[in-house]
Amino acid sequence: MSNIPADTSIEPDFEDYYVNMGPQHPSTHGVLRLIVKLAGETVLGVTPHIGFVHRGIEKMAEALTAQQFFPLTSRLDYLSAHMNNWAWAMAIEKAAGIEVPERAEYIRIIMSELSRISSHQLWWGVFGMDLGAFTPFLYGFRDRERVNDIFEKTCGVRLTMNYICAGGVREDVDRDFEKDVREFTDYFEPMIDEYDRLLSGNIIIQERTKGVGVLDPETAKQYGCTGPTLRAGGVDYDVRKNRPYGLYPRMDFKTAVATEGDSWARYVVRLEEMRQSLKIIRQALDQIPAEGPVRAKTPMNIKIPDGHYLSRVEAARGEFALYLVGNGKILPQRVKLRSPGFSNLSALPETVKGWRIADLVTIMSTFDLVMPDIDR
Amino acid sequence: MESYIYRTDKLILDLTEWLTEATGSAFAAEVVKMSIAAAVLSAFVGLLAMILIYIERKVAGHMQQRVGPMRVGPHGILQTVADSIKLVAKEGLTPKNADAFIFNLAPLLVFASSFACLSFIPFSPGMTIVSFNVGLLFILGIASVGVLGILAGGWASNNKWSVLGAMRSGAQIISYELSATLALLAIVPFFGTLDFQEIVLSQQKGWWIWRAPGVGLLGFLIYTIASTAECNRTPFDIAEGESELTGGFHTEYSAMKFAMFFLAEFINIFIVSAISATVFFGGWMPFHIEGLDTLNRVFDLLPPIVWFFGKVACLVFVVMWFRWTFPRLRVDQLMHFEWKYLMPLSLINLALAAIAVSAGLYFFN
Repeated sequence: MSNIPADTSIEPDFEDYYVNMGPQHPSTHGVLRLIVKLAGETVLGVTPHIGFVHRGIEKMAEALTAQQFFPLTSRLDYLSAHMNNWAWAMAIEKAAGIEVPERAEYIRIIMSELSRISSHQLWWGVFGMDLGAFTPFLYGFRDRERVNDIFEKTCGVRLTMNYICAGGVREDVDRDFEKDVREFTDYFEPMIDEYDRLLSGNIIIQERTKGVGVLDPETAKQYGCTGPTLRAGGVDYDVRKNRPYGLYPRMDFKTAVATEGDSWARYVVRLEEMRQSLKIIRQALDQIPAEGPVRAKTPMNIKIPDGHYLSRVEAARGEFALYLVGNGKILPQRVKLRSPGFSNLSALPETVKGWRIADLVTIMSTFDLVMPDIDR
Repeated sequence: MESYIYRTDKLILDLTEWLTEATGSAFAAEVVKMSIAAAVLSAFVGLLAMILIYIERKVAGHMQQRVGPMRVGPHGILQTVADSIKLVAKEGLTPKNADAFIFNLAPLLVFASSFACLSFIPFSPGMTIVSFNVGLLFILGIASVGVLGILAGGWASNNKWSVLGAMRSGAQIISYELSATLALLAIVPFFGTLDFQEIVLSQQKGWWIWRAPGVGLLGFLIYTIASTAECNRTPFDIAEGESELTGGFHTEYSAMKFAMFFLAEFINIFIVSAISATVFFGGWMPFHIEGLDTLNRVFDLLPPIVWFFGKVACLVFVVMWFRWTFPRLRVDQLMHFEWKYLMPLSLINLALAAIAVSAGLYFFN
C-alpha cells in the first residue's frame, strides 16, 4: 500500500487530477480546505489551506485586559475550553504573582479532565462516522451530554465555559457537583468498554486503521506534534507529567502511549486517555478540601509587570502554550498562542502521502483537528 | 382454504377468464391485465419505498438509543409522506456544465431496472406479473442495468467527486455481481429450473437453505454479502461514502431525480431480499415439518402472501442491521475481499453443489 510512489510536487499539471476537499466537506470538521492531488484513488499530495475562521485573537488580546481576554480563550479549541482558560490564568498568575487556593486547583483539574473526556467522546463518535459507522456518533453524544450537564450546572454554559479565571475559578462549584461527577465516573467507566465492543473490536475498523498513516516519532517531533498524535508514535511527552502544572504532581496516572504511530495507535491512546482521566478525577475528588476559598483576591484590572511569561497546559489535542509579554500596563504588549492543532495539521501532508482518499479521512480524523484552534 | 387469499393462482385464472369473456379476445384480456398489473405495481413501489424508509429510520433510531421520527403523524408514520411531498415539490436542478441529457436519463435507468425486476417476484401462488421460464437469470441481467445509470449519472454530473463515486460503484457492483450470481447458481441444480414459481413449488418438503446440505447455507451467506454490496449498502457503501465523497455519484442530484436513486435503492433492498427468500427460504411456501400435521395446518392458516412478506421483512431487517453497526470498507479492501475470498468460495460452493446434486446428496428427495 504505502510503497506507491508519491511525488511531493503539488504544482498543477494538466494531466493531474485535483480535488478540493473542503471548506465544505463533511470530514474536514469545520472549514479546512485541502487540495488533494490524486492518481485514481491514491493521494499523491495534500496542501492544507487554513484561515477561514481566523479572528485575530492574538491581536485582540493586545486591546483587552486580562479579565476580558478569558472568553476569547474559550473560543480557541472550544472542546478544551477549560484548559485554554487555565493557560491564560496561569500566565497572568505567573506575571502578577497570584497564589491560587488549593480547592480551586482541584476544581481546575476536575474540570480539565472532564473536558478532556468530553472532547474524546466527541472525537470517538465522529471518528466512527468518518469511517462510515453512524451509530458511534450518537453513543458518543449520549455520554457527552452528561459531562455537558455537569458543566452547565456549575458554569452555566455547556461549551465555552469561561470558568477558570485569574486567581482560581469564577465561583464555587454547584452543590451537587461531587455527587454528579462521581456518578458520571461510575457510569462512564463501563461505557468505554462498550465503545470497545461497538467499534474497537470490529474487524473493518482494525483493517481500516492498523498500519494506516504511520507518523514516525522523528517526523512528529520535527513538526512539533503533541498530544495523542505524538504519543501514539511512542514519544512519552505529556505536559502534565513532563512540565507539571497545578496539582498534577499529586495525581497518580499514566500517560497513554502506544508504539506503532498509526491510526489505530492514535485511536487506542485516546481511549486509554479517557480511562486515565477518570482515574485523575477520582483522585482529585478524594483529595479536594471540602471547604475553602476558590478565588484569590485580585484587583479588578491586573497590571502585567515587565517581562516574558510562558504557560503550557495539556489540552485534549496536545500542548497548548501561551506566551505573554507584559510592559507594566493592564493591557498585554503581546500574546502568542501555540495551539496543538496547527502543528498536528502541518504533519498531515507528510502522513497521508501514498494512501487512499478513504485513508485521508481516517488519518485526518485520528489527528483530531479543530479548526478554530488552528486558525485562531 | 379455498378463498382467494390462499389460492391467488385461482384468483388470477378466474380474473383472466372473466376478462377474456368481457373483452372478447385473449390478447385484449392480456393487455387489460398488464395495465392493471402496472398500475398496482406503481402504487406498490411508492408505498413500499415509503414503508421501507420509515422502517429504516425507526430501526436506526432504536439501535442508536433514540426513537426516530415521532412528530408527523402518530409515531411519525407520515414523516416519509411529508418527505416525499417535499422531494416532489423541489426544483430539479441540472448543473451548468453537466451533460443534461445523460444527467436526466441516469436516474430513470436506475429506477427502471429496479422496477422491471419487481415484475418477476412471486408474491403468492400464481401472482407473478411476468411468468417466465428463465426468470432468475433475467432478473440478474436486468438488475445489472442499474449500474449503467450510476456510472452515467456520476460521469454526466461533471463533478470530480461524483466521478470517483461512479467509478467505485461500477467496479464494486460488477465484481460483486459475480459472487451473487454464482451463489444463486449453486442452488439452481437442486431444483433444476429458473422459473420463480417452480422454485417455490420445489420447496414444498423443505427450504433449500437446509435441504441442500451446507451448500444452501453457504450460498445464502455469500448471496447476503454480495447482494448487500450490490445495493450499495454499508459496509459496502463506498459509492456514496458521504464522509469521503460527499454523496458520491448522486452529489449533484436533487428533488425527484435524487428521489429516484433513493427509491431504487430501497426497491433493490426489497428485491434482493425477495430473491433470497424465494430461493433459500421457500418464498410464499408456509413453513412445514413433515409428520407434524397439526402444526402444518396452523402454519397454513396464514395466507402465502403474509409468509412471503414476513420472510422478506426479516431479511430486510438484517440488511438494515448491517448498516447501523458496520463501518465502511476501503475500496481496495472491498476488491480484495471479493476476488480473493468471496469469489473462490462461491466457485467452490458451486462445485460442491454439483457433486451433491449428481450424488443425490440432499434431504427429502
